[in-house]
Amino acid sequence: MIRVEVRVMLKNGVLDPQGQAIGKALGHLGFDGVDGVRQGKLIVLDLATDDRAAADAQARQMAEKLLANPVIEDFSVELVDG
Amino acid sequence: MSFRAGVVVFPGSNCDRDGAVALAHVTGRSPKMIWHQDTELPPLDLIFLPGGFSYGDYLRCGAIAAHSPVMREVAAAANKGVAVLGVCNGFHLLTESGLLPGALIRNAGLKFVCRDAALSVGRTDTPFTARYARGQTLRIPVAHGDGNYNADAETLARLEGEGRVAFRYCDSNPNGSARNIAGIYNETGRVLGMMPHPERAVEPALGSSDGLPLFQSLSEALA
Repeated sequence: MIRVEVRVMLKNGVLDPQGQAIGKALGHLGFDGVDGVRQGKLIVLDLATDDRAAADAQARQMAEKLLANPVIEDFSVELVDG
Repeated sequence: MSFRAGVVVFPGSNCDRDGAVALAHVTGRSPKMIWHQDTELPPLDLIFLPGGFSYGDYLRCGAIAAHSPVMREVAAAANKGVAVLGVCNGFHLLTESGLLPGALIRNAGLKFVCRDAALSVGRTDTPFTARYARGQTLRIPVAHGDGNYNADAETLARLEGEGRVAFRYCDSNPNGSARNIAGIYNETGRVLGMMPHPERAVEPALGSSDGLPLFQSLSEALA
């Protein structure tokens, strides 16, 4: 089994009102100097394979087809050991 | 001869019955209710994709439902020229399945907005809008948390250039949508996605009957 993490973020330039709200709340809590906050999603997949290249390719296909919306989101794929 | 309408029902749809009532109002008969796992559609002239929270809005609004078995059939029917009306979550489904361009993201103000919206009508040469006048102002309710229409500059320019902005918010923009877009057509004008709910505005008792001409237009175009 290989664990793969797919990180999905709104593209730069796409408004992220949730990130902005988090930034405001951090300011209210007294955390100064937060220049920007973006919120995304982390999707953790356990794939039934030992082939790292295959796991990476499969996760990318999943991200392109379903996990991310390419109109508004970018994704990155990372194989996690252990 | 009235047109044949079908309403697709997903787990979490909550405007399917409002849509069915509005359609029955103009067709004189109950539309076919189509379960999301169906792999065949009956012969239809119009497919209504209702609002609601299909699959609990998990992942992204409409993302899971866009891959349900029935959506393959809806796409095939749309490509053959069957009219498709997606309202609210139905609009999400149309963008997520690629039948309409762009995407709908969280309202700019983060709040779920539930109120009447003033809309101006774009083209009137489509099956959905013949009964309206160009530029006419309608009062139609919106009820959504993710109605902020986004697309890249090229797509927006194409939509504008091809007259594919069906409706625009014309007093205040409830969700931050690019260019005040409330609804768009596909290339042929036979697929319409919109955030406001015309099916909730079909008789005076509902507060507005400004949505009724949309269904009457369909009746004239498709019968």
